[in-house]
Amino acid sequence: MKKSVFLLMLMIGSFSLLAQSDKYQKAMQQRIGEMETAVQNGGMPSLANSFERIAEAEKTQWLPYYYAAYCQIMSALLEQDKTKVDQLADKAESLNKKAEELAGGANSEINVIYSMIATAHLTVDPAARWMQYGQTSSTYLEKAKQLDPSNPRPLYLEGQSKFYTPEQFGGGKAAAAAVLEKSLVLFDQFKPASELHPTWGKAAAQYFLAQCK
Amino acid sequence: MNHLILLLLLLITQLAGFSQTRIKGQLKTPKGKPVAGASLTIKDSYDGATSDSSGTFQFETSESGKHLLQISAIGFKPLEEMVELNGSPIILRLTMKEAMDELKAVVVTAGTFEASDSKRTTVLSSIDVVTTASANGDVTGALRTLPGTQQIGEKEGLFVRGGSGEEARVFIDGTLVNNFFFSALPDLATRGRFSPFLFKGTVFSSGGYSALYGQALSGALILETIDLPDESSASLGISTVGLSGGYQHLNKKKSASWGANYGYTNLLPYFELVKQRPDYFKVPAFHYGDGNFRIKTSKTGILKFYGTFQQNQLGIRTPDIDSANLKNAFGLSNYNLYANLSWKERLGKKWKLFLGTSYSINQDDIQNRLQNAENKDQLIGSMPYLAKPFTADIKSSLVQVKSVLDRRIGSGLSVLRFGGEWLYFKDDVNFRDTLLRKTMQEDQFKAAFAEVDIYITNNLAAKLGSRFEHSSLLNRNNIVPRVSMAYKIGEKGQASLAYGIFYQKPERNQLILNPNLLFTKAAHYIANYQLINSSYTFRAEAFYKKYDDLIKTFPEISNKGYGYAKGIEFFWRDKKSIKGVDYWVSYSYLDTKRDYLNFPGSLQPNFAANHTASLVVKKFITKWKTQFNGSYSFATGRPYYNIRYNNSEAKFELADQGKTIPFNNLSLSINYLPAIGKTDAKSFTVWVLSVNNVLNQNQIFNYNYSYNGMIRQPIRPAANQFFFIGCFISFGVDRSQDVINSNL
Repeated sequence: MKKSVFLLMLMIGSFSLLAQSDKYQKAMQQRIGEMETAVQNGGMPSLANSFERIAEAEKTQWLPYYYAAYCQIMSALLEQDKTKVDQLADKAESLNKKAEELAGGANSEINVIYSMIATAHLTVDPAARWMQYGQTSSTYLEKAKQLDPSNPRPLYLEGQSKFYTPEQFGGGKAAAAAVLEKSLVLFDQFKPASELHPTWGKAAAQYFLAQCK
Repeated sequence: MNHLILLLLLLITQLAGFSQTRIKGQLKTPKGKPVAGASLTIKDSYDGATSDSSGTFQFETSESGKHLLQISAIGFKPLEEMVELNGSPIILRLTMKEAMDELKAVVVTAGTFEASDSKRTTVLSSIDVVTTASANGDVTGALRTLPGTQQIGEKEGLFVRGGSGEEARVFIDGTLVNNFFFSALPDLATRGRFSPFLFKGTVFSSGGYSALYGQALSGALILETIDLPDESSASLGISTVGLSGGYQHLNKKKSASWGANYGYTNLLPYFELVKQRPDYFKVPAFHYGDGNFRIKTSKTGILKFYGTFQQNQLGIRTPDIDSANLKNAFGLSNYNLYANLSWKERLGKKWKLFLGTSYSINQDDIQNRLQNAENKDQLIGSMPYLAKPFTADIKSSLVQVKSVLDRRIGSGLSVLRFGGEWLYFKDDVNFRDTLLRKTMQEDQFKAAFAEVDIYITNNLAAKLGSRFEHSSLLNRNNIVPRVSMAYKIGEKGQASLAYGIFYQKPERNQLILNPNLLFTKAAHYIANYQLINSSYTFRAEAFYKKYDDLIKTFPEISNKGYGYAKGIEFFWRDKKSIKGVDYWVSYSYLDTKRDYLNFPGSLQPNFAANHTASLVVKKFITKWKTQFNGSYSFATGRPYYNIRYNNSEAKFELADQGKTIPFNNLSLSINYLPAIGKTDAKSFTVWVLSVNNVLNQNQIFNYNYSYNGMIRQPIRPAANQFFFIGCFISFGVDRSQDVINSNL
């Protein structure tokens, strides 16, 4: 009798544990699926909040914080009112720091977010901030490349930044296209560590490459 | 069996918990405005929502029982609300209060222009100081295009709002700099000694400045030196006036750096090509050497040292105004040593400490001679010639220590700041030859200050300060109030008010004549309105200053002088309207009179023009990899006087007066960067070409009168125009950012 109760308890216990991780998996997948449309319909801020909720509830997963930071920095980069950008970027930075702590250090993907944060700060007043944030942004991209040479996202962002930089400063369409093409090769080979690991960027890289031609 | 029932019951209650509770409501500010984008979360669950643009939210949760609903939004204080989740809908109407926020909060801007690269929007960035056409690489050059400053070409210093050059002081890393400018020359302005590339932050206060600083009646220029460099690099410069080279080393951990620079300037080749009005019997030659180290003492602390030794000499011969064939020959040789050590550190979460110390010694050896047509020294035993030749050795040193403690008050932005400083001045003035006199002057100057920044809300801030000073030389104390406040008007605008009393010691030579003088005194009243957004800046400022206890040198040397200055100033900067062009315009109106020195009454001083205006334009042409900078400055004529002693009435009187012609100056500079964007380039080169007074306009700053008052001679620059061509190469660091930044 006692044995069967114990077994039952164990079952229920593991069932709820299973349910919990299943719930996490499902919630994350659903939201990751929403990201693409959110970029277009202005849903990034609320998606960032959703990821942050999951992160706060889970407490041990770095990916929800990472995605929260990503959505937050995307909403900063999409924000038209430049006076709001610094605060959004600061928020993204605090989320990314939490992701870094849980991931046991800044991995390649987290460095990509740090680079985007610097870029967002830069867009507020490029003339005055180039010196500080331009350098920071590219330093993080370099780190991201070093930590995982197979990660296509640092290359995609580098290509995008070259796309917006005048030819005379080492940018331009030709220079951008070369880097974007390299990133697409990596995108095709890239295998995320799990279903929840980041895969974003390919469509955007294709878009910018098309613009270069 | 019982156990099984219990378990079942447990399961059922758990299942019951899956019933949904709907939560909806609205978030508003205390003023009733919706709070959009706020995140609502049932603590430790995935359930929540984000408020929309009308502040409304709605979501369902499967949790049950008592739970915390957490609400957060950028710029607001987070909120927590206990909710009972039992399946029946919950409707919430909540109010969120604004959080204190450095980015949003008002900043007191009355009287202050700031140039920095920090996050907060400032009027100028530090690169602006370097790329202003008329500046010629002089720190104070760019400031002369801002409202409140005068276009003075006959004397060194910053002439701020009716104040003389001596009334504005310069501070580097918190401590006073005794000889910021090169030693004074007769009727010629000298430059600042320090390279603009040494500083990352510039605060120029044309009045009402903080209680942390003192001993400047009119204005304060507060400079902050750079931190660690980004990379190790070497640099080399060749120009029409000299050579320079340097090296900066950054350690691998990027936690410490050291560096040294040397420069030699000799104007001989330039003077051969461009004719100068005075006859330079000793062509100006300068040696400049400096050394620095910067060490991060922790994540938040930095120790900085900068030291420089400079030596220069020159000799100028000009026609003597009192005779047809005599000449006046002025020779100067100068030695200057300056060292500054400062340490900044955060102590815990609430405290910040600043410690700074500096030492400087300056020696001027001056020889003035009366010479004949063959340049032979003459001694003539009658006035006015008798008083003309002199030899003087002037040695002045300054040691100082300053400490400031910051303590944050509460959770907001309010800060209490207090500290003290100790300065020891020593001046040795030794006149030889005809005027045999030796004086030594010492002053132990102490000050204590306290200041509190109070943020009442994000929209209203006040700065209340007080400063106590004691001078052992004057044997006097003073205690002064400094008050300012700022109120935010709308999203981007703000109004500020400032009031303060400022004391300054009389000049050295005045104290030699009468050691019992008091501090001179000025009261400032300033009202300012400022509107800044990402594309333009607008500022308007009105001020009134009252001077008391100014030094009179007649009938006896005393503190009976007085005066006033009032005016209104405008500044407009626009980076967007004309594509790729960044420009600013400033205008100042000044009405000032003072009775001081030997003035026979209250007069507008000869360093004050009523109207001053500047236009500065910058444009980068990407295709040519070239930046074009232009600036135009204008000032209405300044008064000039012949103040003569009337023997029969035993007093000074105005024998003659007038107004100079208006001042006009168009300057252009071109920076060409051939290596820009070449990411593989090992070196980075900047070519600089600049021309001062492109239109060759006649500039007259003032007039000199002969002893008998019969002859009047204009004071003009040494040459109408100044040309400069230079090439600066830096190895190891891509400097392109420095330049790209001014155009992107």
